[in-house]
Amino acid sequence: MEFFKFRKDIPFMRHALVLNVVSVVTFLLALFFLFHKGLHLSVEFTGGTVMEVGYTQPADVPKLRSVIAGLGYTDVQVQNFGTAQDVIIRLPTQKGVSSAQQSEIAFAALKASDAGATLRRQEFVGPQVGEELVTDGLKALAMVVAGIMIYLAIRFEWKFAVAAIVANLHDVVIILGFFAFFQWEFSLAVLAAVLAVLGYSVNESVVIFDRIRENFRRYRKMDTVGIIDNAITSTISRTIITHGSTQIMVLSMLLFGGPTLYYFALALTIGICFGIYSSVFVGAAIAMWLGIKREDMVKPVTQKGVDPNDPNAGATV
Amino acid sequence: MNRYPVWKYAIIVIALLVGFLYTLPNFFGEAPAVQVSSGKATVKVDTGTQRRVEDALKAAGIAPAGILFDGNSIKIRLSTGDEQLRAKDAIQKALIPDPADPAYVVALNLLSRSPSWLSAVGAAPMYLGLDLRGGVHFMLQVDMQAALTRKVESLSGDLRTAFREKNVRHSGISRNSQSIEVQLRDAQTLAAAKSVIADQFAELETTEAPLAGGEFTLTARIRATAARAIQEQALKQNMVTLHNRINELGVAEPVIQQQGLDRIVVQLPGVQDTAKAKDILGRTATLEVRLVDESTEGRAAESGTGPVPFGSERFLERNSQPVIVKKQVILTGENLTDAQPGFDNQTQEAAVHLSLDAKGSRIFRDITRENIGKRMAILLFEKGKGEVVTAPVIRSEIGGGRVQISGRMSTTEAHDTALLLRAGSLAAPMEIIEERTIGPSLGVENITKGFHSVTWGFLVIVAFMCVYYMMFGIFSSVALGVNLLLLVAVLSMLQATLTLPGMAAMALALGMAIDSNVLINERVREELRGGASPQAAINAGYERAWGTILDSNVTTLIAGVALLIFGSGPVRGFAVVHCIGILTSMFSAVFFSRGLVNFWYGRVKKLKGVSIGTVWRPDGGKDVAPSTRGS
Repeated sequence: MEFFKFRKDIPFMRHALVLNVVSVVTFLLALFFLFHKGLHLSVEFTGGTVMEVGYTQPADVPKLRSVIAGLGYTDVQVQNFGTAQDVIIRLPTQKGVSSAQQSEIAFAALKASDAGATLRRQEFVGPQVGEELVTDGLKALAMVVAGIMIYLAIRFEWKFAVAAIVANLHDVVIILGFFAFFQWEFSLAVLAAVLAVLGYSVNESVVIFDRIRENFRRYRKMDTVGIIDNAITSTISRTIITHGSTQIMVLSMLLFGGPTLYYFALALTIGICFGIYSSVFVGAAIAMWLGIKREDMVKPVTQKGVDPNDPNAGATV
Repeated sequence: MNRYPVWKYAIIVIALLVGFLYTLPNFFGEAPAVQVSSGKATVKVDTGTQRRVEDALKAAGIAPAGILFDGNSIKIRLSTGDEQLRAKDAIQKALIPDPADPAYVVALNLLSRSPSWLSAVGAAPMYLGLDLRGGVHFMLQVDMQAALTRKVESLSGDLRTAFREKNVRHSGISRNSQSIEVQLRDAQTLAAAKSVIADQFAELETTEAPLAGGEFTLTARIRATAARAIQEQALKQNMVTLHNRINELGVAEPVIQQQGLDRIVVQLPGVQDTAKAKDILGRTATLEVRLVDESTEGRAAESGTGPVPFGSERFLERNSQPVIVKKQVILTGENLTDAQPGFDNQTQEAAVHLSLDAKGSRIFRDITRENIGKRMAILLFEKGKGEVVTAPVIRSEIGGGRVQISGRMSTTEAHDTALLLRAGSLAAPMEIIEERTIGPSLGVENITKGFHSVTWGFLVIVAFMCVYYMMFGIFSSVALGVNLLLLVAVLSMLQATLTLPGMAAMALALGMAIDSNVLINERVREELRGGASPQAAINAGYERAWGTILDSNVTTLIAGVALLIFGSGPVRGFAVVHCIGILTSMFSAVFFSRGLVNFWYGRVKKLKGVSIGTVWRPDGGKDVAPSTRGS
């Protein structure tokens, strides 16, 4: 079986401008939603209490909401979680009431309205922890970006490093944009997924850059555009298949992983789809516009067995 | 060219064997067990305890499936859950005569069913996180500023005493948040004061500022190194206190860990009653110093011949000796800054040295002066129940806030008393800043969910690879299976905590690991398309793909390591598995799968074709049909 049969190289770079405009527009939209709507941060970041309560029969969410609101909370979220029997309740932190009391009072009220309620999970995070998580998340992001750029700059060339990181940060912003637009809950697990995507989709760029470098060595007469087109064409089969396989795993998590892993898998799905797009269309194009040349890639071979201190080394008569 | 030397195959075989050995315990599941551990610092679990447990079980007619003594606790493995409950009752009855004062913790636990020879080589099942087995997680923040303020407070009292002893005339000592300010009239007394501090207070550093009229202000602060030591000690002491309190909960494997400089993480697997756990963690055990009722009525009550007089209470000493104590409280644990075991300077007897703060020492001096020859009781209240820790006789007036309790004490007793006194109070206040409770049913659900995600994803990938790449797909699938095996083995070996995000990372690791194999297979096809001979194509495919695989894995690993460093909680659980998964995939997808290919095709001399699916030729030539091994 063979899915991809290309007789000629596909002229990806001819459409680079259009594709990048699409990319920029998506990116700007994502930024707009990110700033306009903001992320719906989970309790881990904001601080507060989350309770997952299980019922024997489908839960009456509006009633539960009124029960909790009766305790004097203004901003309460009560939602079904996974199944109709389970609900998740989010309470903001209250001044003067300890976490212990908060969840106990709330659960006692729920228990009073329906004796079949069981506390399945409960989580409390103090506000100071949340703040730290935000800074730690940003530090992790910075370290990933810096680490990958340094590695790529050493292994390849700074132009590739810049192109790869721009392409992949663009993925990250788009994932965040999706989370902002749909107001999906942004939890620690999602943050992990976002950073994993960053590492993973750089792979894609690396594979293409690797091929570009090889092509520069192999096809001495081809121009840069041709070389990039050839590199993308010859790796596209692999790109689709590996992303497909990874997506199978992620899909399996999306279907079987339950509500806890749902947004994690969702972030990965978006990341994988845009990862293909950005490394194929954005990364390579940026590298092209940054002006990669054969000379950047094919380093002049230093002769072995020659004393570097010998002033006459390599001299021929 | 596609042959591995014997040593490479040897490495593969060894890796597989070790991987299999350490993965094995995960298949045996867990058996119900009862765990007996010490509930008090003074009680040690030893082989004697084990004999008592065995006798108790025999008397109850329970035949345990195995008894394990690991130095700290005795674990009794049982065959059914029903037997587990009966065994717990029997052991509890035998070891704990007084339920109000348990010397041992008897807790229900789960123990791996794996045979003992596996445990002997250190193979244990993966350590499941709280989200997979249910339980409570707390993160507590220790208020270090309060600990330092308390220390400064006690130091300023000491300083006052020291100045009086050395005749340094100051015109006032005051504590200003975390510094002590001493007012001095002239340069001479300033020098004297400085020398006293330099001689006796190594943890203080001083700065001086001249005031108008030739006066000076000497400001003493705790040195940075000393402050660090104080903070460390405060944290340690809080952890000890927490440990003592948690023992009461009867948790089989509590985790009490320091996190960062000022945080403590407490994990109680299997505990569901959060309210009780929080109550116990947050409890302030109080220490009180009171006078013993030495009146005739009091003495009569003590010997059991009369009623307890009005205004007094009856408490038991640790050796069950009753002591009649007055209700009036002289001092509380708040005034106690430290308690350390040591020796009496003159008699070399074992002793406990107490330090009191300024207010405490003043009261203590007055009380001791008025009550020489009488007894004083130090009581520890926990769970609303008081116990006399010690009731020494006052021999002389005690000033300066340094109290020594000695006489009729062994070194261990001194040590335990000091511990009890310290445990009575937390060194610094703590607050719960993070809390997570996971019900047991949710834990089991999470395991099944994680398991299903991994299994279905794995199966679909394997099916696809086998159809698309034929024989090479099978090699890749086997390599993927080996990756999973090694990943589980390494996790079991390291006893890293497996959480639900960790299981997600496992699924993701497999999804990413197949990337390497796809790269190789595509490369081999490409070489074949280019007209290379099958053997050359295999060789070139692996060689060329390696650089790319390395690059892509390193970049993924950078992200993984960043998550490991900066992540906490669920993110860390994800990152650990993610990083290990990348490393094992490098071995299985490249080294191991090449081994398989070499084993299968490498020996064939004239290989006509390889089974890697249809290799399509762009030049309109005939597609190379899938073929089996050549002659």
